[in-house]
Parts: sequence; structure tokens; C-alpha cells
Amino acid sequence: MDTLTLLAADKFQAPGPSIFDFPPLYAGAPAWLNKPVLFAVVGALIVCVFMWSAFANPKLVPRGVQNIGEIGYIFVRDQVARPFLGKDAERWMPLLLSVFSLILLWNLFGVVPFVQFPIASHIAFPAIFAGTIYVIKLYLGIKHQGFLGYFKNMMFPPGLPKPIYVLLAPIEFLSNLIIAPFTHAVRLFANMFAGHLILAFFSAVGFWFLFEKLTPLGAGLGVLGVIMTIAMTGFEIFIQFLQAFLFAMLAAMYLGGSLHPEH
Amino acid sequence: MTLAATLLAEAENPLIPHAYELVVGGFAFLVVFLVVGKILTPRIQKTLVERTEAIEGGIKKAEDAQAEAQRTLEEYRAKLAEARHEAARLREEAREEASQIKAELREEAQAEARRLIQGAHAQIEADRQQAFAQLRGELGRLATELAGRIVGESLQDETRQSRVVDRFLEELESADGAAVR
Repeated sequence: MDTLTLLAADKFQAPGPSIFDFPPLYAGAPAWLNKPVLFAVVGALIVCVFMWSAFANPKLVPRGVQNIGEIGYIFVRDQVARPFLGKDAERWMPLLLSVFSLILLWNLFGVVPFVQFPIASHIAFPAIFAGTIYVIKLYLGIKHQGFLGYFKNMMFPPGLPKPIYVLLAPIEFLSNLIIAPFTHAVRLFANMFAGHLILAFFSAVGFWFLFEKLTPLGAGLGVLGVIMTIAMTGFEIFIQFLQAFLFAMLAAMYLGGSLHPEH
Repeated sequence: MTLAATLLAEAENPLIPHAYELVVGGFAFLVVFLVVGKILTPRIQKTLVERTEAIEGGIKKAEDAQAEAQRTLEEYRAKLAEARHEAARLREEAREEASQIKAELREEAQAEARRLIQGAHAQIEADRQQAFAQLRGELGRLATELAGRIVGESLQDETRQSRVVDRFLEELESADGAAVR
């Protein structure tokens, strides 16, 4: 281990998947009490506190935090819930607003100084959300379309020539029941994972070539790393928002599909 | 530990979820859902509905007020038109009445004038008749007296005397009637 470290210490090493592993917060702490767990809970608390200050006592004429909260609420309602749920949008807003706001904040933790870790880059967090949505989707589908009706609507959409169903039915079954929840979670996870890796890579380039091994030749590369870190941070904020939006939108789409099979 | 050492450590498989993170994630999700979804979302939904109603109510109120104003204006206009019409009618009536009174007065005046003229005519006629009768008596007596004196005899028979006088006068009248009148 020591020789390996010594050898490696002379060369630049790009950060790998190991940067997603965290030791316990302090010596003697239980193994589960690490940075992602801490900030997952902190994020949930911040969302609750923010929403509480916005909506605890909402006014007809909004003031202060309520304005910001309403922007978020109306965004989720008009861009996420209504296009896919129609008149059921209001009923599912509690779930969709919770999903969107918590995932958005967890994602934004990726660029908050000193936190700098997108919680959803640990697959357990997107998985628990996608799993919950999946269970609700199945429940709603069977409740509103009947057990057989749900599978019939899913696998045998009307209006196609008979032989097509030989191909279509298994594909639809696979995509709706097995692939959809998996991609729902992995899309968010992978975006956050890759984004964090990219930021870590460019920061590491800057840190290595400007501080640890400052050389006349390497300095330019270090500066480039810093510039790219700044640029990619801006891009990451956009991706973090986009993925939170997409996750909530897919959730609304799955629920809408179970409530109204004709869509 | 250097950066390189950290980077070289053995990585866990990122696709295998940690059980404790599933629990923490589920717990965080549940807390946010209870606080944000169950407590706060209904509140803001209620407020948004109330706001919509307030705005719609305000618009409705303004529309009502405008309709009321419009109705009042129509009423006012109708009343004004009615008053104008009434005034015109009264003026017309007064004019008619005035011309009627004028005509009546003229008629009366004319009648009065005619009456006066008639009275004067009658008076003149009566005076003429009277003067004529008086003149005839006087003239008869004078003539008789003159004739008696000339003839020298008194005509005693009154009746014959007056017949003679009358005949004379009638001759006189028929010969010179236009001059007497």
C-alpha cells in the first residue's frame, strides 16, 4: 500500500468512484453516520423549514418567502402535475411537490460550498423515491383499471394489427414494470454521479497542478482546470434542476398513466 | 492522507444501495411528505383557491357596479328624454292655447265692433225716422196753413186734410226720394 501510494504520489490521479465513499463522521461513530446520511437529513429539514416559512400561514397577497414558495408550487403544478394528471393534479400535488423540492435541494447540495455532494449520487436515495412511485403506480393502475384491465391496457393497446402484439406485449411489459422504475432511479443517480465526478476531476486538476505540483508547464493546465470547474459548476446547477424536474415529471407521467390508461 | 491516496482507495460498487441509506432516504422522504405534502400543500392550495375567488369576486363586483351605473345612466337618459318631450308638449299646448285665445279675442272684438256698428245704424235709422216723421207733420201743417191762406178757406175736415197732405208728400217722395235719404 505504501509503495503504491509513493509511486502514485508523483503522478496525477483522476478521481474515481472511491470519492463517493465516506468514512463515519467522527472516530467511533456508527458506520452509517457519514456525510451523505447527515446531509440527506439536513436537506429534508431545510426543505421542511423553508416550506414552513413559506406556507405555514399563507396570505392572499403573498409576501417574502411565500412568493418564492409559490413560484415553486406553481412551477410544479403547471409544468409537472397538470400536463400529465389534468384534473387530478391538485390531488397529487402533495406528493409531487415533496419529491421535487427534496430532490432539487439534495441535487443543489452538489454545488453548495463545503457540502459539495449531490445526495442523489448514492443510488439508495433515488431508489427509495422511484420505488415509492412504482408502488403507487401499480396500486393506482390496478385500482382504477382492475387487475386484468391494467395489464391488458398496458400490454395490448387497441388499434394495432394482431401479429404486432406478439412483439409489443412483452416489450411493454418489460418497459413498464421492470425497466421504467430502474431507469427512473438510475437517470437521476447517474446524472448526479457523473456531474460530481466531472466537478471533482476539474477541481483535482486545478489543485494538483497549482498547489501540490506547481510547475511552469503544468500551471496552464491547472488554470484551465479551475476555469472548467467554474463553468461546469454553472452547468451542473442547470443539470441538477433539470433532473429534479424530470424525476418529478416522470413520476407524474407514471401516476397519470395509471389513472387514465387512454393516455 | 494525500489526495492521491484517497483516490486510490478501493471503491464500492456505486449501483449497490446501502441499506442504511435506504432507511434514511425513506425517513427523509416521509418527513418531507408529511410536513410539506400533508400539512403545507393543502394550505397553499386553499390560499390559491381563495385568491382566485377574490380576484373573480372583485371582477364580478366591478362588472356589477358598471352594470348598475349603466342602468342608472339609461334611466337618467330616459327621464331626460321624457322631460324634454313633456316640455315640448307643454310648449306646443301653450302655443295652441295662445293662438286659440287670440282667435277668440279677435272674434269677440269683431262681434263687439259689429254690435256697436249695428247699434249706431239702428240709432241713426231711428233718428232719421223720427226726424222724418216730425218733418212730415211740420211740413203738412205748414203746407196746409199756407194753402189755407192762399185758398182762403180753412179745411175743416181733418181726415181729408191729412189725406191731401199724405198724397202730396208721397208724390214728393217718389219724385225726390233719393235726396231725402
